[in-house]
Amino acid sequence: MKTTPDPAAAQPMRLAPIVTPDAKFFWDAADRGELVGQRCGACQRFRFPPRPMCPHCHSLEREVVPLSGRGRVYSWIRPVHPQPFGFAEPPIVALIELAEGFRIVSNLVGIAFEDVRAELPVAVEFEATQGGHRVPVFRPVSAS
Amino acid sequence: MTRRLRQAAVAGIGATEFSKNSGRSELQLAAECSKAALDDAGLHPADVDGMITFTLDGSDEINLARCLGVKDLAYTTRIPGGGAAAAATLYQAMAVVEAGLCEVVLIWRAMNERSQYRFGQPHTQAAGFQAGNGTGSLFWCMPFGAQTPASWEALAAQRYMQRYGVTNEDFGRVSVVQRRHAATNPAAWFYRKPITLEEHQSSKWIVAPVLRLLDCCQESDGGVALVVTSLSRARDLKQPPVRIAGACQSIPYNVEVISNYYHADLATMPEAEGTARRLWAQTGLKPADMQCAMIYDAFTPQVFKQLEAFGFCGRGEAREFVKDGHIALGGRLPINTNGGLIGEAYIHGMNNIAEGVRQVRGTSVNPVPDVEHVLVSSGMAAAVLAKDR
Repeated sequence: MKTTPDPAAAQPMRLAPIVTPDAKFFWDAADRGELVGQRCGACQRFRFPPRPMCPHCHSLEREVVPLSGRGRVYSWIRPVHPQPFGFAEPPIVALIELAEGFRIVSNLVGIAFEDVRAELPVAVEFEATQGGHRVPVFRPVSAS
Repeated sequence: MTRRLRQAAVAGIGATEFSKNSGRSELQLAAECSKAALDDAGLHPADVDGMITFTLDGSDEINLARCLGVKDLAYTTRIPGGGAAAAATLYQAMAVVEAGLCEVVLIWRAMNERSQYRFGQPHTQAAGFQAGNGTGSLFWCMPFGAQTPASWEALAAQRYMQRYGVTNEDFGRVSVVQRRHAATNPAAWFYRKPITLEEHQSSKWIVAPVLRLLDCCQESDGGVALVVTSLSRARDLKQPPVRIAGACQSIPYNVEVISNYYHADLATMPEAEGTARRLWAQTGLKPADMQCAMIYDAFTPQVFKQLEAFGFCGRGEAREFVKDGHIALGGRLPINTNGGLIGEAYIHGMNNIAEGVRQVRGTSVNPVPDVEHVLVSSGMAAAVLAKDR
């Protein structure tokens, strides 16, 4: 049975990602709820931000591989003023050092700002954005 | 023109008033400050054969040349990287003058970034992140709520604070000193408006726990221009020449301007360290040879990291260096004696470079005694301005 969306239901406020040709694979995977990385098809080294050529061996071969989704907090802030677009409350913006050895900008969820510490272990989950997309965010987990 | 190697010098500086609402177009501000700089030098606009600005500048070279009546341009270029371009304009001008490719290079930066648009407000349009306009990878920040220069800066600076146990109060001392410098500078927006550390500490958070309102530069309307020519020609002009003893740029691997999150250690500033290394090697000078410095201060943590990168103190020592009063007038290394981008105006770093020129000339309203050399830095680029001896 086809259902009509409830017009009163809360729509995601978060801004949709700005998708560039070289990073489309990352956002397409996020839409499916997967965190992926780009690895050189020749020397197998990860690189971020994504790019068409490997800076180490200059191969144009590249692989999109699933990541563990585990990482640690490298740095974190709370942008208070002006209020960022897409959030009802100031978010915690964090740099996450992924287990695979590179960093991405994301959000921390499920923790009070005052409780965040460097090296806090976190795991990925996904949150909806405007336009029906999803982006990776991170929640604290017990160290394992 | 026969090419021959020679030395370059700053022969003229010019500026409009600094305000929050200029009431005229950016092109008019550009034309006014350019004409003022040429008048200062005693040159005619028809003498200009090179023009340099930032990729972000809103005025077209041709339109500015049409205002001034520039007769035949031999060279134009624009520098990317936001405010990191500031000292790089001087570097480019030095290079083309010393190579004998240009005689008179006009550098300008003019903006209505308070009345026409707001630099400090969220930037969420894709067009702002295209090559040359942005700083590399800003768009990775947008869906996560890091949408302003302050938030991009703070995300890296927090790592520095963690590493060295630096607090927001430590950063606040930079603002207090620079507002004191601005307080005696009639051209400064914050003329006669010094602040205390208590006032800094009670100003609102912009990005917790790194930046309060009083850690951030202003948004300003205004324009600043510089004229660079050969040292020999400058000696025949109106002002005492300010020699460009050296200038350089450094963009190390994996470094970008403000969303700079991907290099090995975010508690350091590899671009400023690279610039410093190159500049000291090029000039044979060292930190102790500088009597003062004009350091890009969009946000207070940038001052800490540049003081360390250029070797005025060791890594993690900027906190004590600042606390001990060394950056104030009368200190070991007075910085941003115009009040800087925090106290005077935010003309994307160019007003600090103009102050460097005034310190060498001895015409600053806050003169540092016996100036021989002034460092002007915008992080990814820097120059040493020197007295002509």
